[in-house]
Amino acid sequence: MSGRGSHALTPYVAVVRARFGVLLQYRAAAIAGFVTQCWWGGIKVMVLTAFFAASAGAPMTLPQAIDYVWLGQALFTMLPWSGDPDVARMVRTGDVAYERLRPLDTYAFWYSRAVARRTANPALRALPMLLTAGVLLRVVGWSAYALRAPAGVAASLLFVASIALVIALSAAVSALIDALTVATLSDRGVTVLVSPLVIVLSGSLVPLPLFPDWLQPILRNQPFAGLMDTPFRIYTGNLAAGGAVFALARQAIWVVVLVLLGRVVMARVMSRLQTQGG
Amino acid sequence: MNTLRLYGRYIATSIRSQRQYPASLITTSIGAFAATITDFVGIWALFARFRRLEGWAFGEVALLYGVVSVSFALADSLTRGFDVFGEQFVKTGDFDRVLVRPRSAVLQLLGYELRLTRIGRLAQGAFAWGVGAHLSGVEWSPASWAVLAFAVAGGIALFSGILMVQATLAFWTVESLEVANTLTYGGIEAGQYPLDVYARWFRNFLVFVVPIGCISYFPVSVVLGRVNALPYAFAPAFGFVFLGIALRIWTFGVRHYTSTGS
Repeated sequence: MSGRGSHALTPYVAVVRARFGVLLQYRAAAIAGFVTQCWWGGIKVMVLTAFFAASAGAPMTLPQAIDYVWLGQALFTMLPWSGDPDVARMVRTGDVAYERLRPLDTYAFWYSRAVARRTANPALRALPMLLTAGVLLRVVGWSAYALRAPAGVAASLLFVASIALVIALSAAVSALIDALTVATLSDRGVTVLVSPLVIVLSGSLVPLPLFPDWLQPILRNQPFAGLMDTPFRIYTGNLAAGGAVFALARQAIWVVVLVLLGRVVMARVMSRLQTQGG
Repeated sequence: MNTLRLYGRYIATSIRSQRQYPASLITTSIGAFAATITDFVGIWALFARFRRLEGWAFGEVALLYGVVSVSFALADSLTRGFDVFGEQFVKTGDFDRVLVRPRSAVLQLLGYELRLTRIGRLAQGAFAWGVGAHLSGVEWSPASWAVLAFAVAGGIALFSGILMVQATLAFWTVESLEVANTLTYGGIEAGQYPLDVYARWFRNFLVFVVPIGCISYFPVSVVLGRVNALPYAFAPAFGFVFLGIALRIWTFGVRHYTSTGS
């Protein structure tokens, strides 16, 4: 990389690093979150086990569904179900005007903050959950409910690539929410619309392959599938190598589309920015 | 002024103040509806795929879900004062002022706010209830209505009790602890499926420790004719027992209250 290129990126890298440090402070919230994740995951696993006992012919196996649930609990905070609370506050107070004074591209700035947020929280929360689901459950003798290792070496590598795309995609959705927050002068309306959509359509609520077959073409191609469903199906081996590469491409396409959309919205909003406060 | 009239006055004031922002009230309620209906969508999806769950059909589970949801929506609307107790009363020292007034603290906290936005959750609970009633083909006799009305009453008592215990913890922690959310929101999550699906220890927990099963699973089973034992219809009484214990814990907490002095 040329010297000039790395200079251009420096502020954004610094933003990611600084936000990461701030977010790691919230330890108590993380512990409360961990208890909730265990409870939710446990209920989902027991319910799915009971459902699978009744009938065969589901498009995924029970162990795959269980892995899917635990991964979902571990990586729950990657989901962009709300925008940046600081941006919402700046919009409320009118401080958002100062963001325009920075010698930075506002979209890239907010996107970087979102990247940090969608990485720091899961980094803190994923490990205890994965250890509990993968190791502790086996130790206490509940192997049937435990999280298994990835489906293979190829699946592991593709999973890591897919998670990287999850972060890019999640940050793109977050930044779009931020832009819409500025446009509507409040984070309320956008969050109310987006968060139920994200929770249902990412597979966080119910693994997407378990939805009715006639919905599958829609579910597979919508952007939110790339937030959870894609990496989890790769991890569990529900998506074979060929399909996995295709799914990664779909994730990448949605990243590009949503970043472009976010930039367009941001440019329009900022060209006639309204600020509140005084 | 007697207690009931005073409570009525509190609630009337709360409603009047919330009506000052009708647009906010409506959007927040719609938001609550959208956010809570997702759980029902999840149950629908699983039944569309698997048809049955431990012998339960979709309509039957929908009724169970409706009963739990309606109870929690009502409890959550009534007990806002306990929900925000840590931040709004202990941290600020405002609880001192509550204590010097010649009325019980419980009454004042219950009168703190009647949250109208909970109508969103209530509406989706009622929707699920309606779907369940339609699909499960229950005979809607006065007796079955009475059983479910008692179930909802017991549910309101139970969920209010949980929120009261959560508020009591704030006497020691100052902040409201999110851990209790596991029991409230996690409780509805657990209570919306028939107890048959859970491991034995967890089932016992949901019957004997935090009796969510008593306010939903047993009475709904009676109404659906899945069990023939009438005593199960009285199981929601344990919701009131839980509330009684919660009130004792609350009183104990109040006695140990030290003001933050701010």
